[in-house]
Amino acid sequence: MTRPRRMNVPGLFGTLFTIFMVTVWLFPIYWAVATSLKVEENTLIKPPQWIPSPLTFEAFVRVFQESALLRWYFNSILTGLITTVLILLLCMLCAYAISQLTFPGKNILYWLLLAGFMIPGQALIVPVFELMSNLSAVNSYWGIILPQLIAPVTIIIYKQFFDAMPGELRDSAVIDGAGEFRILFNIFLPINLGITWALAIVTFIGVWNAFFWPFLITTSTDMMTIPVGITQVQDAFGVRYAREMALTIMAGLPVVIGYLIFQKRVTEGIMVTAGLKG
Amino acid sequence: MATQSQTVRPVAVRSSSRRRKYQIWRAAFLLVAPFTLLYLVLFIFPTLRVIQLSFTDAPLIGAGKWVGTANYERLFKDFLFWKALKNTAYFVLLTVIPNTAFGLIFALMVVRLKRFQGFVLAAFFLPNMLTVSVVTRIWQWLTSSQFGIFNIMFGTNYAVFNDPNWAMPMIAFITIWWTVGFNMLLFIAGIQTISKEYYEAAALDGANGNQIFWRITWPLLWPTTALVLTLQLIAQLKIFDQVWLLTRGGPFNSTTVMLQFVYTQAFQNFKGGYASAIALVLFVIILIASIIQYRVLRTGGSR
Repeated sequence: MTRPRRMNVPGLFGTLFTIFMVTVWLFPIYWAVATSLKVEENTLIKPPQWIPSPLTFEAFVRVFQESALLRWYFNSILTGLITTVLILLLCMLCAYAISQLTFPGKNILYWLLLAGFMIPGQALIVPVFELMSNLSAVNSYWGIILPQLIAPVTIIIYKQFFDAMPGELRDSAVIDGAGEFRILFNIFLPINLGITWALAIVTFIGVWNAFFWPFLITTSTDMMTIPVGITQVQDAFGVRYAREMALTIMAGLPVVIGYLIFQKRVTEGIMVTAGLKG
Repeated sequence: MATQSQTVRPVAVRSSSRRRKYQIWRAAFLLVAPFTLLYLVLFIFPTLRVIQLSFTDAPLIGAGKWVGTANYERLFKDFLFWKALKNTAYFVLLTVIPNTAFGLIFALMVVRLKRFQGFVLAAFFLPNMLTVSVVTRIWQWLTSSQFGIFNIMFGTNYAVFNDPNWAMPMIAFITIWWTVGFNMLLFIAGIQTISKEYYEAAALDGANGNQIFWRITWPLLWPTTALVLTLQLIAQLKIFDQVWLLTRGGPFNSTTVMLQFVYTQAFQNFKGGYASAIALVLFVIILIASIIQYRVLRTGGSR
């Protein structure tokens, strides 16, 4: 039959188009990596040097010596971890109460959280900055962390997962005399550990990559997180493209490695947060 | 029903069940208190405060005088406001539909692969894992007028971010390069929920690829498409980071956008009241987009 042969024409076109688009999408990243592995002079030559030769890590060494990269890593890891743990903990507690308990004001609270989805945090920068300034939190870790804790999405996701748990689970634990905190941490959390990891990874990546708020609240180089810090050194290097790209790659690398390791969890976390925003 | 059974119960049981009820209330308040407190202080209060500030001449920090609607009157006469509004709309136009379309095309490209599927998916999604400043630095280097690879290859000295006609389209293109992988993931998930039986039946009926896409994939994928479109609309209305890092709004304000206008008025000109009025206009625009999203997804889901 001619059928398989006939079907190959659009198939071949699709494959070629895929190869072309993958090349277009990866080239900027390849070029950044290649530039970072060159000696400085070779970044400027014409015709361009497609493959670094000699290949050197000198630019990376210089970046660690000449910029505050290690300090920014520390700031990003510290604020990222604290923010992620606090978001998950506070949202889990709140979601458990909304999902499992009856108490006055519950409906108002729930609608207030849903209303929060419609309010863009970016529109609140003036009063939030004023508030942080009144708390003397400008240029501090708490200044970076506090405004990023507002993540009602996480509550709604946890609520949905807790709602799906069978009702007898809590009832029988209550009869056994367990308190609400114990029920949450000993029964509900272990069963929902998978979604907790997915949310933790996606939240951490989001906080690590966050630019707008850390950019507003930090003015001293010492307090900056990675995404804000790397915008500061352009002038310090002059036209040293290998070093600039080495710094850029060091800023992007941790999340890329994290993504490649936790690919499945990242996808799961994105699905559950995006599907929910709708 | 609960009240009915309570009235029949003896007094002792009733009081103990009441004690139990208060016990649950106490636990519930303890559980919701930490988040609710932060939410009220860091979100609900600022939401009310920004409305109040927009009627004052407050600096960035500190109290201002009540000026009535002066900020708004000034705003509607400010050519930069209209420019920012127009540029934001232009950016939305350049990104929302192309980013959704490319997300769908890439998803279709990935799902048909039998080999290298993981690699191709990662290639398209990887830029999405980079922070905005990493993305803009890579593209600044690629498009550098002196030593950028594109200019070297074409033997030109073209500085795209100094060109008022092409700066914004370039920012839009970089945004698509950066974020399309996210849309692709949502589309892949949507495609995977479509039952294989439809495709098998269509193949039996001798439908070609075109017919299969437009008669099966596209209509069944509509809820996902609606979700991606509206998420995109809301996200792109908030554009600031890329513009700030690539052009600072220039050249000749050709890339000044709403959120950047808020930022410069508040943090560079220290006009907190005026900035709040601009922020509130943006707020209302995004609110309308959110309501559209809610309605579209409601009808989309019930199809």
